[in-house]
Amino acid sequence: MTAPDVALRRLRDQVPLLVALVLVWNLLWGTWSWANLISGTVIAIAVTWLLPLPPVTGGAAFHPAAVLRYLAHFVLDLVTSSAQVAWGALRPGRQEDGAIIIVALRTDSDLLLTLVTESLSLVPGSLVIDLDREQRTVALHLLAVRDLAAVERQRASVLAVEERVVRAFGRAEDIAALDSPAPATTAPAPALDERTTS
Amino acid sequence: MNDVDSVADVVAMACLLLGAFLCLTAGVGLLRFRDVLSRMHAGTKPQAVGVLLIMTGAAIRLEGSSVTWMLLLVALFQLLTAPVSAHLVSRIAYRRRHVRRDRLLVDELAVTRPAATPGDGTPTGP
Repeated sequence: MTAPDVALRRLRDQVPLLVALVLVWNLLWGTWSWANLISGTVIAIAVTWLLPLPPVTGGAAFHPAAVLRYLAHFVLDLVTSSAQVAWGALRPGRQEDGAIIIVALRTDSDLLLTLVTESLSLVPGSLVIDLDREQRTVALHLLAVRDLAAVERQRASVLAVEERVVRAFGRAEDIAALDSPAPATTAPAPALDERTTS
Repeated sequence: MNDVDSVADVVAMACLLLGAFLCLTAGVGLLRFRDVLSRMHAGTKPQAVGVLLIMTGAAIRLEGSSVTWMLLLVALFQLLTAPVSAHLVSRIAYRRRHVRRDRLLVDELAVTRPAATPGDGTPTGP
């Protein structure tokens, strides 16, 4: 690959970030004007040049109907989980036990995994502790589980969240990966010392 | 006109009060939950929704002001950053063993000992 190609690819990888930064800049000013647009663009380029981020590998698609379904579920989950945690905090008496589980995800895309983990922390019961990029497993803390059946229900709901995210934003091969069985993770991976480097 | 204004005011007030209440429960949760991991639950969910509701209420009250865009940004960044910070704090808490293992039903992340075989309520800690 020649040098201009690389430069072009890098620019293309940065474009969504640039657009987002310019948008944030304009929202911060609260008004739209050419001056804001131009100064925002200059600042966005300066920021991405001074603080370069690795490009997110693997693109994403956008399926409008699935995105709406994902968003609706997300809002509902968010409200439910807040109510649950609020009740758990206020309820008199002894706090219930928690649990830490490891769930094997089927997705193999940085962007989708980010969305999945962000969503998981906001939906009922779960909080992401660790993410093992190599093994594609996510370690979650569950709040207030009564018994092992509740743990299994949570595990199923994690996979449901993953499925909704992937159907909303995944490419065709990501969606196809949903139907293949998850990689076997019988033994908990010694994940704690491996950082996600990509 | 007057009617619509008052309805909007009532909605805004409801949003502000409910949001403030949820933030309060987040604070109560921080005090009452037993370990860092549980506390992070309180720090993410009711907190995030509380902020969202307060932003909604404020946006209704400040309708038409350029500040509303900033409220949108606040809400967006709250949703983006709350899980990330909670994740980092809980990750460190787990590694530093600030976890009440006796209050865990299952701990699949424990690597030093075989996978827990807990019964209901049986302490699985060391």
